[in-house]
Amino acid sequence: MVKINGTELDIAGQTLSEYLSSTDYNIKRIAVERNGDIVPKAMYGETVLQDGDSLEVVGFVGGG
Amino acid sequence: MIPTKEQLQKAFEQRHGRALQEKFSSATVAICGLGGLGSNIAVSLARSGIGKLILIDFDSVDITNLHRQQYKANQIGMKKPTALSENLREISPYITLDAHCEKITAQNAVSLLGDADIICEAFDRAEEKAMLVDTVMEQMPEKYIVAASGMAGIGSPNAIKTRRITSRFYLCGDRTSDVAEQNGLFAARVMLCAAHQAHTVLRILADQFEV
Repeated sequence: MVKINGTELDIAGQTLSEYLSSTDYNIKRIAVERNGDIVPKAMYGETVLQDGDSLEVVGFVGGG
Repeated sequence: MIPTKEQLQKAFEQRHGRALQEKFSSATVAICGLGGLGSNIAVSLARSGIGKLILIDFDSVDITNLHRQQYKANQIGMKKPTALSENLREISPYITLDAHCEKITAQNAVSLLGDADIICEAFDRAEEKAMLVDTVMEQMPEKYIVAASGMAGIGSPNAIKTRRITSRFYLCGDRTSDVAEQNGLFAARVMLCAAHQAHTVLRILADQFEV
């Protein structure tokens, strides 16, 4: 199982890109933390989610 | 009568303690975007005696900025880095300022931000916020970044919080109040988020890493 934003999902083996494309996230407005580190955007396609991974998808909203 | 550098340094040390003030005085902090967040972060850090600020924005002061940003009516039309430098020098005359009137991109970020110990993300657009966090964490992973998301509207001030996402990435704001969906931006709520960012910078310099 892979924990994303606190929810356990049965998506081990998918790439981060594959998971994100199944969601409503706009890739240009997020940062993804995986096991304590930010995953560079260029690595989304080759980052394979492993059993036991813990991720947080941080969405940004406008205003400043 | 403007006090001497020594007098001001002594006043900082009386307020913050000598050991901590030495850390503040020797620190370099970059502020990316000089709007409601960035101009308020800069004022707080200048008042705290941070030694050097890198100030970056491509924009000019507009009449619609005055309701929340640290500019004056007679500065409308000036480049923000130039106007803010003027204002910061009135507050803290001996601060070192490195002002850049340009847009930060993934390509020029390292050359602009290379000297910074800590980087504050203070942009307006969500895409730019995400780009800067991604660029800093990928190209300069040794640095700290303190970003902000969600401070628009007239919602509760208590919703603004600081979270530590990774050991070097902090995020301030309520995380949901998008300016596109809210009734504008209000000075105090934006300043509150900016204050979270500025205080997080001070805490990192003080080796207080937990939120």
